[in-house]
Amino acid sequence: MNSNIVIAVVVSAIAFGTPLVLAGLGELLAERSGVLNLGVEGMMLMGAVTAFFVSQKTHGSTALVLLLAVLASMGAGVAMALIHAFLSITIRVNQIVSGLAVTIFAGIIGLSSYLGQVWNIGGVAGRHQFNGIDLFGLQNLPIVGPIIFNEDAFVYASWVLVLAVLYYLYRTRPGLYLRAVGENPAAADAMGINVNAYRYTHTLIGGAFAGLGGAYFTLALAPIWTDGLTAGFGWIAIALVIFAFWRPDLLVLGAYLFGVFSALGPTLETRGITVLPSEFYSALPFLMTVIALAAASTSWANRRVGTPASLGIPYTREEG
Amino acid sequence: MTGPLRLERRLDTPKWLKLTVPLVSIVLAAIIVGILLAATGHNPFSTYHQMYSASVTADGALTSTFVYATPMLFTGLCAAFAFRMRTFNIGGEGQLYMGAVGASAIGLVLGDWPRPLLIVAMVVGGALAGMLWACIPGLLRAYLRTNEILTSLMLNYVAGFFMYYLIYDSTSYWRDLTTPGATVFPTGKTLGANATWPGITIGSFTLPMGFVLGIGLAVGLLLLIRGTRYGFEMRIMGDSPQAANYAGIRTKRKIVSVMAISGGIAGIAGSSQIGDFGHVLDPRGLEQAQYGYTGIVVAALALYNPLAVVLVSLLIGGLTNAGFALEGPSFPTGLVGTMEGIILFTVLGGEILARYRIGLRHRAIAPASVGPAPATEMSS
Repeated sequence: MNSNIVIAVVVSAIAFGTPLVLAGLGELLAERSGVLNLGVEGMMLMGAVTAFFVSQKTHGSTALVLLLAVLASMGAGVAMALIHAFLSITIRVNQIVSGLAVTIFAGIIGLSSYLGQVWNIGGVAGRHQFNGIDLFGLQNLPIVGPIIFNEDAFVYASWVLVLAVLYYLYRTRPGLYLRAVGENPAAADAMGINVNAYRYTHTLIGGAFAGLGGAYFTLALAPIWTDGLTAGFGWIAIALVIFAFWRPDLLVLGAYLFGVFSALGPTLETRGITVLPSEFYSALPFLMTVIALAAASTSWANRRVGTPASLGIPYTREEG
Repeated sequence: MTGPLRLERRLDTPKWLKLTVPLVSIVLAAIIVGILLAATGHNPFSTYHQMYSASVTADGALTSTFVYATPMLFTGLCAAFAFRMRTFNIGGEGQLYMGAVGASAIGLVLGDWPRPLLIVAMVVGGALAGMLWACIPGLLRAYLRTNEILTSLMLNYVAGFFMYYLIYDSTSYWRDLTTPGATVFPTGKTLGANATWPGITIGSFTLPMGFVLGIGLAVGLLLLIRGTRYGFEMRIMGDSPQAANYAGIRTKRKIVSVMAISGGIAGIAGSSQIGDFGHVLDPRGLEQAQYGYTGIVVAALALYNPLAVVLVSLLIGGLTNAGFALEGPSFPTGLVGTMEGIILFTVLGGEILARYRIGLRHRAIAPASVGPAPATEMSS
């Protein structure tokens, strides 16, 4: 019985962790290029609302509709990221303020809510959603069956993306250049690397990933649209990048750990176990983020931190 | 590098440009929003006209614009002061919640105090609660160098759930448990008449006490920044933390004090929500209003100048008021945030462009660059 609860928590932790993995990976790539993007929450909401719109209004087979919805969510994320990239890279607005502006523009009382109203998709159940796949026919294996072999395509895709980003960062030449741009843009420029092209590209890729993270909410986690449904996950994703020390492998672990914190309350509640008030469980991921951020900034951890040296600083050749 | 555009820093910005750029930016924002409105099947001109009437000319419209502007004035000052010192406190939302919790507790406990004393106590109580809440990210930032943007933001959610717990999920002191109806639909205890802040009424228009207090605070902050040693040291810290260190400024204490002052101001926003308007701790209402986050918009549009915050809070307060007054199929709530965002984009962009000369990239400029790579390769 107890092991059942543990498995239920883990399964649900992977579900809650997946949007964090996706949005976190995107933010990691942008930050590796030196661009801090605080617009993640807004980009995720735009991804969520566009994905849901496309999945509700397009006709065709479920697979085709879902594919289109996923592509649309990436497009919405890229569009938001483009605003941030233009403001912060090209005309050098303070990256913190520019990112916040994107979140306010697209956020809970912004464009995502507006589009939800205009498209009239609020409060209705989704017509299509990603369901668990019986991978290799192994879903009935004890313990690992439900955890590893019965996830939806989105989760498997996120695992592939993690491996792809790891390979890209540490095993390819553009990945090396990306790290160089983040650490020392002047040196990278001197080598002939187009600094701002790298920053634009990775900020936009980050937007696409955040859009995907948002789409996971409306296409898999709970197929319905309500204003502000990402409920702070975008912010946790940004924090994750910091205490994963800008490493994709640690980011995945962190995302699932925070998935556990998010999953604990709902899982216990559906089983009628109410030791602590539900607000405590709701606040838990945010409290743990504060604690994790504090722990990651102690001197012990600081020696291991890989903060890109140029993070948050616009690059201009003339002014060095 | 940046394509064909070339930005060159102006040594000083001419006065006419300083004034025209924000105006042009707002007009540009209005045009962009107009296009968005037209694209989604609304007539932009009639929408703008309705907004103007709902926030200024209609019966009682100006009074309710001030109702929305008052909390934004405080949260705007909260963000403006902190951002100016390069301490990015985006926890105004949670500090406001905690201020409301603190002020309503004092209003309930000391309900039989004389009115002026009780009002002062509520202001102080809210400020202290906001201050203490802001000290958590402040201390973490100062002594561990923990990113204050994220910690202050996370604590907004924690404060929100705390407030919900007090009213919806506990038998706390704040919750009204006297009537059977209140146990089914949980509400907070309503404060007594003594705890109601007086407004200044001129004809049909009422100026809330909180707004007057906010103007006083704005002037005080300006004097603090411009006219004191404290403000001078803060400005050095904002411009160059290293120089401040060498000059012997105690940067750690300063960071905590900036967060504390900033959080205290947001806390008074909470006091004013209780004393001026709500008279009851209403978690749902406070959360839906999003005053803390809107304060960041106000501060950024005011370019972090406390006096400009007063004016901008009225502008955004009017926009929000119009948003709520016109709320319906033709004016969804999301339009307010969308407009705020677009105004932010154009003003932020315009402000930077005012500081630079813009020209097309000439090849001849390129040799001044650091890198040896030819300019033709860089300007893709």
